[in-house]
Amino acid sequence: MKLREIQAILAAEVFTGADKLDLEVEAGFGSDLMSDVLAFTRGRVVLLTGLTNTHVIHTASMVDAVAVVFVRGKRPDRALIDAAAKMGLPLLGTKLLMYDSCGRLFRAGLKGCSGEVLEPK
Amino acid sequence: MNEARPPLELTIPVRAWDFLAGGDGAARVRQVLQQVGFPPAVIRRVAIATYEAEMNIVIHSQGGELKAQITPAVITIIARDTGPGIPDIDLAMQEGYSTAPREIQEMGFGAGMGLPNIRRCADELAIDSMPGKGTVIKIVIYNR
Repeated sequence: MKLREIQAILAAEVFTGADKLDLEVEAGFGSDLMSDVLAFTRGRVVLLTGLTNTHVIHTASMVDAVAVVFVRGKRPDRALIDAAAKMGLPLLGTKLLMYDSCGRLFRAGLKGCSGEVLEPK
Repeated sequence: MNEARPPLELTIPVRAWDFLAGGDGAARVRQVLQQVGFPPAVIRRVAIATYEAEMNIVIHSQGGELKAQITPAVITIIARDTGPGIPDIDLAMQEGYSTAPREIQEMGFGAGMGLPNIRRCADELAIDSMPGKGTVIKIVIYNR
């Protein structure tokens, strides 16, 4: 699924990375626990989170996330947007809550990361 | 790169409780590995393990450093800190066990996944901790 479709489904605002909306996303991951993001994401994910601190973009970068979507109407500050822009990491924001955001994306065909977690190593 | 050449070595200081710079060290290691051309799957494992080790120093110690030794065959990360040490390593290795204060958890850390995440990413992991002195974590990841 293209990031552009995710933006449309979530009626999301683009804080940075408007030129990267044609990037392809393989799966979605929703969490406010960054260590869980590091542990459980697989593939090129879009990260949905309610946290807006610097660790979100560091974590996203470590797992090669395609983009971050802030849920529940959370807004990153200027410094975070600038840092993400420098890293080339798109930041989006939706007013939808976490469950609703994930549900809409899943219904539209964006899978999660559980499948591969459940497979034996 | 030639196997006989000495390893590429990076040493990055990590300050305690500096949450703004915390993660910069792992980002730098990741960037160097990308520039040298390691496979993305290897880079990802090194990046995650290094980031968790770095955040452990930021959160739990009085400061320390990350050392990365990079050869074409193997990447070794040594995270060394001065601090309280880990009294019970087996307990700390359990998923969900955390001693991080509440404000750290509100930042998205301290879920008790740090050391388990490092173990998951590492081919070899050695933890040497002296209560009251500090901790040295050695992470070895092979390029294969």
